[in-house]
Amino acid sequence: MLPEFTHEEILRYSRHLLIPEVGLDGQRKLKASSVLIIGTGGLGSPVALYLAAAGVGHIGLVDYDVVDVSNLQRQIVHGTGMVGRLKVDSARTRLLDLNPAIQVEAFNEPFTSINAMKIAKPFDVIIDGTDNFPTRYLINDLCVLTGKPNIYGAIYRFEGQASVFYAKEGPCYRCLFPEPPPPGLVPSCADAGVLGILPGTIGTIQATEAIKFLLGIGSSLAGRLLLYDALDMSFEYVKLKKNPSCKACGSHPEITGLVDYFEFCGVPGLDHAEGSMGAGREITALQLAKKLKRGDKTHLIDVREPHELAISRIEGAQNIPLGELASHLEELDSAQEIVLFCKSGTRSARALEILMSAGFRKVKNLHGGINAWAREVDRSLPPY
Amino acid sequence: MPTLKIPTPLRSYFNGQTEVPVSGTTVEQAMQNLMDQFPQLRPHLTNSTGQLRPFVNLFLGEDNIKDLKGLDTPLGPDDILRLVPSVAGG
Repeated sequence: MLPEFTHEEILRYSRHLLIPEVGLDGQRKLKASSVLIIGTGGLGSPVALYLAAAGVGHIGLVDYDVVDVSNLQRQIVHGTGMVGRLKVDSARTRLLDLNPAIQVEAFNEPFTSINAMKIAKPFDVIIDGTDNFPTRYLINDLCVLTGKPNIYGAIYRFEGQASVFYAKEGPCYRCLFPEPPPPGLVPSCADAGVLGILPGTIGTIQATEAIKFLLGIGSSLAGRLLLYDALDMSFEYVKLKKNPSCKACGSHPEITGLVDYFEFCGVPGLDHAEGSMGAGREITALQLAKKLKRGDKTHLIDVREPHELAISRIEGAQNIPLGELASHLEELDSAQEIVLFCKSGTRSARALEILMSAGFRKVKNLHGGINAWAREVDRSLPPY
Repeated sequence: MPTLKIPTPLRSYFNGQTEVPVSGTTVEQAMQNLMDQFPQLRPHLTNSTGQLRPFVNLFLGEDNIKDLKGLDTPLGPDDILRLVPSVAGG
């Protein structure tokens, strides 16, 4: 039995009611439906806003982060007044202001193998709006095991991907990516940056696919991967096929329950915080400042991209971007102590691995990167 | 000559280029020539036995080479190969 509408709701959704593919019955279906959005960041923001506006009756939000001022360039569900508040609370407040007739459930916790099934159980559709590989694989496996559609989006600088992974009818995420890349190969948004509008484009596509799925209309992205390039303004598609030997959805699946995938790579904000990869070979900003003040001979190498030097720099540091480090090894003196740094410590941890595997032993990684230096040593520099 | 389109996350391994010409009449030849040209790429794309790593997806036009003839897939001079990377950002 589908829910009825008040006069106010009829007016609110009137532009939907005029579309034959939606109509009153479709709008009632939306009110009776539920969507779980994992992540209330760049992708989750537009998804949540549009699904709330569209009248999806029950929206779940999962996140364990707080709103930071650096989120506001793209995470449009949050406002400046919400900086420091829990993201799920900030988003819930905004969504209920947008549409008080819906139910918004907030889960202020990491999405893990322990709670994933329980959280996801009542929801019809799962939206992957996360920012890390472990959660993406967890969401995929959950959706395969429970038969729910996984509406996928991912972004990097100017490029985005979107698809619908619905193992009942087509390929799953693991059919395309059986395993994730090793840590360090693909930098995170925090390291690589992202055009603020990009998650708006991709998130809006995810919201569209969710609405189409709930209404049972149109041709979905299942079996296709959308590749969007904002710089070229190109939308291209590649075909995705089910992999018969897929570990999750193949004919003899190996994955029969959920596990956590922390070993893949660090999850920002959890135990594997950014900058922890060079653990044991780290130097703090204060230790480095003392060392430089003493006049210790130290070769400071900044592995950020050249355009980041306009934001902040440490005097005397040589700039060798991470991608070029391997081709500069012969210029470096392995007998001298080297301190590597980047923005927050992740890229320099990768640089440390490159130097260590090339035989360098007197190498350290500046914990927290130049942002830690800016907070603890040189407050004239802006953290970013 | 066939062309390889390179996604942003991997461009640092190609001196920032968005696409490169690749010589070869099969995908395997093209990839070998590519890795000879950009040796720092090799450990990221292939494992110790020279096989493409599972997270590396190569598409010829719209089709994954895994759904064609894999590395033996023939390449024509106007073909466009595309590397589709795993992207985590959100």
